[in-house]
Amino acid sequence: MGRYVLRRLLYLIPTIFLISAVSFLIIQLPPGSYLDTVIAEMAAEGRVDETRIAVLEQRYGLDEPLHVQYLTWIGGMLHGDFGESFLWNAPVSELIGSRLLLSVAISLCALLVTWMLAFPIGIYSAVRRYSFGDYAFTMVGFVGLAVPEFLLGLGLAYVAFTWFGQDVGGLFSPEFQDSAWNLGKVLDLLSNVWMPIVVVGAAGTAALIRTLRSTLLDELAKPYVDTARAKGLTERRLLLKYPVRMALGPFLSTVGWVLPALVSGEVVVSIVFNLPTTGPLLLQALKAQDMYLAGSFIMILSLLTVLGTLLSDLLLAWSDPRIRYGNR
Amino acid sequence: MNGEWTPGEADVKEPVLRIRDLRTHIGVDGGVVRAVDGVDLAVGRGETLCLVGESGSGKSVAARSVMRLLVPSARIVTGEILFSREPEDDPVDLARLDPRGPAMRAVRGAGIGMVFQEPMSSLSPVHTVGDQVAEMALTHSAISKREAREQAAQMLDHVGITQPRKRLDDYPFQLSGGMRQRVMIAMALMCNPALLIADEPTTALDVTTQAQILDLLRRIQDEHGMAILFITHDMGVVAEMAERVAVMYLGRVVETGGVTEIFDAPRHPYTRAMLASIPSIGGARGGELPAITGSVPPPLHRPRGCSFHPRCAVAVAGRCDEHAPPRIDLGDGHWMECVHGEESR
Amino acid sequence: MRKADRVATMTPPVPSASAGPPGDGQASQRRLIWRRFRRHRVAMVSLCVLAVAYLVAILSPFVAPSSAGAYDADYAYAPPQRVHVLDDGRLGLYVYGYRSDTDPVSLARTFTVDESRKIPLGFFVRGEPYSLFGFESDVHLFGPQRVGDPFYLTGANSQGQDVFSRTLHAARISMSVGLVGVFLSFVLGVLIGGVSGFFAGRVDTVIQRLIEFIIAVPAIPLWMGLSAALPPGWSTLQIYFGITIILSLIGWTGLARVVRGQFLSLREEEFTVAARLDGVGRLRIIVRHLLPSCAGYIIAALTLAIPGMILGETTLSFLGLGMQPPAVSWGVLLQEGQNLRALSSAPWLLFPGLAVVLVVLAFNFLGDGLRDAADPYER
Repeated sequence: MGRYVLRRLLYLIPTIFLISAVSFLIIQLPPGSYLDTVIAEMAAEGRVDETRIAVLEQRYGLDEPLHVQYLTWIGGMLHGDFGESFLWNAPVSELIGSRLLLSVAISLCALLVTWMLAFPIGIYSAVRRYSFGDYAFTMVGFVGLAVPEFLLGLGLAYVAFTWFGQDVGGLFSPEFQDSAWNLGKVLDLLSNVWMPIVVVGAAGTAALIRTLRSTLLDELAKPYVDTARAKGLTERRLLLKYPVRMALGPFLSTVGWVLPALVSGEVVVSIVFNLPTTGPLLLQALKAQDMYLAGSFIMILSLLTVLGTLLSDLLLAWSDPRIRYGNR
Repeated sequence: MNGEWTPGEADVKEPVLRIRDLRTHIGVDGGVVRAVDGVDLAVGRGETLCLVGESGSGKSVAARSVMRLLVPSARIVTGEILFSREPEDDPVDLARLDPRGPAMRAVRGAGIGMVFQEPMSSLSPVHTVGDQVAEMALTHSAISKREAREQAAQMLDHVGITQPRKRLDDYPFQLSGGMRQRVMIAMALMCNPALLIADEPTTALDVTTQAQILDLLRRIQDEHGMAILFITHDMGVVAEMAERVAVMYLGRVVETGGVTEIFDAPRHPYTRAMLASIPSIGGARGGELPAITGSVPPPLHRPRGCSFHPRCAVAVAGRCDEHAPPRIDLGDGHWMECVHGEESR
Repeated sequence: MRKADRVATMTPPVPSASAGPPGDGQASQRRLIWRRFRRHRVAMVSLCVLAVAYLVAILSPFVAPSSAGAYDADYAYAPPQRVHVLDDGRLGLYVYGYRSDTDPVSLARTFTVDESRKIPLGFFVRGEPYSLFGFESDVHLFGPQRVGDPFYLTGANSQGQDVFSRTLHAARISMSVGLVGVFLSFVLGVLIGGVSGFFAGRVDTVIQRLIEFIIAVPAIPLWMGLSAALPPGWSTLQIYFGITIILSLIGWTGLARVVRGQFLSLREEEFTVAARLDGVGRLRIIVRHLLPSCAGYIIAALTLAIPGMILGETTLSFLGLGMQPPAVSWGVLLQEGQNLRALSSAPWLLFPGLAVVLVVLAFNFLGDGLRDAADPYER
């Protein structure tokens, strides 16, 4: 186990480097330097502040070669300095904090919902293979995988708006926007937030059901199931104790690709629902070429996803005696 | 066939298991495979019957039919599987029980224990040995977990596992193949079954371990007095284990008899060919082994008449390829299905 | 039959009856896959759906009643028309015209069906001129018989453009992105995955880490970042290829994994060893022996990779970071539905979404069927 953990932690180093390099690349990609964008912005406002330009140039080392700029940027990040957003005229770190928290919260909720739905349905589909229910869930699953998140979001928003008169968008209804926290505000939050969560989780749920179903079908055919049956255990008991337990590992390890998909989905869905999370801000930043803000978002989202995956991998490894006892 | 008798049944005192005209068919792509096609068998109390045959002969399906552990596409079409745990019990027809119902579950483990071929994959890799062995006792008797664990430790000791108490908390992957098979046997013995079905229990093991497991099985049979239905394709193993032998070919028992009759005076051409094709134990090396000509026909294209006739050296044209062979009583519980028995009688 | 019975034999196992006629092994394997595939009815239907969809996309100027750019401000947000098949008991296609009223206060326009005005429809009618494969024509598969009559099968958008026609035109970009993107991914995936699987060892480890990295990173923010970097002055065609390349940069990983897995198992197979012992060069082994043996899986994986590409383009364009108007792609069209107010009065703006779902669904079914058919150990 110790070696496994160590190996996984060591892999983290090149991963983090790659993430930061890609994020930096994204910051650098747009034609013209960040400074040009700022100067253009200033010019549009009618006054060019030469001292500020000099400060910025110095801060990002913009006249230095690329790798020095990268190191400056990374070094700043280690001190919590993510650069400056000219769009908001504020340090990126201030803008990101609360939005990131909400993004993480919604993604994690979606992950939970995904698991809670996919687990029983996946078991049902495998055990009652080719039953009507299995076909129905399979069909729903296929459609779920075929509908892009934003479309599902728009569809649900349309239904909620025209049929239930609910104004979708944002986290709070206007009357609760600035009120202090109370039960009403919590309920209002829930009534607004369930829809994005469901939309974010939908595609993942469909994929997970299929994964669990096929893993479980594999496991059900394995000899240890016969052994358990030959003991005289009831079907339900042996099912839950053996094959489901075995399928749990592969099921949970899907977090490796489900989590990135959920984060991706959250970005898109929060744009559709105009939630105060990273999505809308990232889009704005990208469109305005506010690249330090955009790059930081991409970097931190990726970093958190990778860390989340790592955490779940370690937990999973710990739960499997074959890995825990160092057989692998 | 009148169903009143089973070949050898008269010679089996106090049968624990009687199979009469069992037919288990498996639905596959493009047809139905008659994997077991009219099998008659009897296993007496405390005796070892070896069910021997090539792959595809249906021996495993027959054994699984007894335990009702068939794949979903398989179905017992007709036949009786009469099992009685104690001599005074009325026999129960397992073929008629709901495979998932309580009656069948009570037979599994408690009445009939089963040991499978692959000790590697037949144990759950993520549960401890102790958990899996003790579970057998917990399922069939109202005892505490602690008692079950204690019994499991004793049983592991009994099947020759050293430091049994320490092994309880091991996972199967920490044990060798032979050890795992001992665990499987311990598990099957936990509830003291009247019959142990061993489905190729030594096939996946190396030769030394194989011998140890066979020794173990013989020892526990002596001590527990249970009957063993031993399924194998290995005539060497048969020679070591069997009291009686049933030879299967394409879903039917073609010859049954005591182990000495089968080895010393095999009558069915298939049995003869099979015995001729194995190197004799301790025999001289060199020379060429005679192989059975041809190969097992595809399961969906069963030959007409006697299913063995395309590969049979003494097949009679116009007879064996047209009509099913008669069942011949050769005396002393020795039976076979072949026209050539008729002439010699 | 249990595995035990297959492995432990006294005589060699018998080839099953389905092995097909002897002869060229490759051809018979292909035939086998095709036969198994045909049994997959949903996959067969999907194949037909996709064939029709691509045909429509290629011929969209002819199939669509109007061009992508045609507009009529008088019919902004006009609702879909119902097509009537019977005209006074006789066969005759027609739709009714619109009567529009403008609310004097809100200035919102409402449309009602004008039953006094029949607009006869027909096949092979003359309409807007277009050029297709260098041919100039003005014949459309179907449409109003009088040029200029309003014909909105699935309603109109804010500029009075025909949503239906535009959806058909948009299929050209949206559906070809999938093919081109998958082709690029295929080249990347087969190259990298093949190298990884064939050489194994350290090369394999490095490539696997790279793939794991790409999979572990949320794709959409990355796509967004990369496509935002496309120069604003680029032409539609340049943006198109830019977006496709960006999508493939992430999309190749799945394919590479499939190829690698296949190679890893195949390189140990006897025929590879045999070829190597015969002194056949490595590249030759890859091209002549390994590639054909996993072609089935690769085709299935390719098919299953297309939906991701289509959804990616649609999402990016929807967010305004992909294709830009006046180019039409499904994502661009769906952008018009982004405003909930507009959407609530004109839900038909989501019609292009139906096309997305249909095509993606068909690809998924097709890929599933292909994968099952390519699996020699089907259950």
